[in-house]
Amino acid sequence: MKRVKRRYLALQIESTSALNPRELIDAIWIAVSKLYGEYGASKTNLSLIDFNSKKNRAIVRTNLISLNQVRASLTTITSIAEQQVSLHVMAISGTIKALNKNILKKTL
Amino acid sequence: MKRLFADLHLSPPLHDLNYAFQLVKKAKLLGYQLLSFSTNLYSDKNTLNLLKNFCKEIQIDFVSRIDLNPKNRNELKSQLRKVRRKYEVICVKCETKEVARQAAQDRRVDLLNFPSLYFKKRFFDRAEAVLASNSLTSLEIDVKPLLILEGPSRTRLLSFLRRETALVKDFHIPLILSSGATTTLLQRKPREIASLLNLFDFDMTSALDTVSRNPYSIIMRNREKLGSKFVAPGIQIIKEGKL
Repeated sequence: MKRVKRRYLALQIESTSALNPRELIDAIWIAVSKLYGEYGASKTNLSLIDFNSKKNRAIVRTNLISLNQVRASLTTITSIAEQQVSLHVMAISGTIKALNKNILKKTL
Repeated sequence: MKRLFADLHLSPPLHDLNYAFQLVKKAKLLGYQLLSFSTNLYSDKNTLNLLKNFCKEIQIDFVSRIDLNPKNRNELKSQLRKVRRKYEVICVKCETKEVARQAAQDRRVDLLNFPSLYFKKRFFDRAEAVLASNSLTSLEIDVKPLLILEGPSRTRLLSFLRRETALVKDFHIPLILSSGATTTLLQRKPREIASLLNLFDFDMTSALDTVSRNPYSIIMRNREKLGSKFVAPGIQIIKEGKL
């Protein structure tokens, strides 16, 4: 079986109040489903790897082939749990180690 | 070479300058090097000057833009005569087919913008594309409606945009993606905006061109034309004096 290539996305969450990880990943699943349908969403293999509520950052994992679809879906998210939010992709990498190294240099 | 990114359509309420400043700061943080605000014939020049100075302060290139909203062909022509030598980017909001056709064939117009919510007024069809391709006019698409609309209206908008982007590809018309943001939470990074073109089967390079190369080429062309040394396309005064 061919090895599935994955990508890790570091997200910066801008919101008026604190969110919980469940609400975040649900909102991402909903956004992907709305744009690409349930079939498209099922192919993305999305999962939440890490959530830092203090820094308002999260790490999400997806397939390499679905990366652009997930990015487009993240762009369309404007509210989570009835709060206005915007999600920004800070960095993308193939390993969590490299991702953490990348986001150290960035503010947004 | 590193790409330079532009957002040609920020539309904050211009009476609240502090809010506009916040949008500029956020745009800088998001990685834009060039910004333009939606203004009309009646916008206050002092406000625009203050915005321009603020952009200069935080090292962002400010581009003067005017949005024309004429009722008919003749009104468009007369407005163009008045503003072409004063603004770097001229956008025409096409509310009628007559205006849309005239704007597409007029070389003084840089951007065509169609209402996102009134689908019957999206006149960017094959005939419009043929006219636009002959006159260097670009199509501008705002991202804001794609973010705020939900359900069937977004699906319908996506369907119209799919048809329009297919025409843009066929006729090699430059496409410009702008945020159209009114609040900081609606601003997105250039790469995030470009990623939305994945919905219309654009590859990442041509998607990124819509937020970098395409707007830049319009601005550079117009700045050259507005400069004192410009004679005709490709001809410039290099030196003046006795022979």
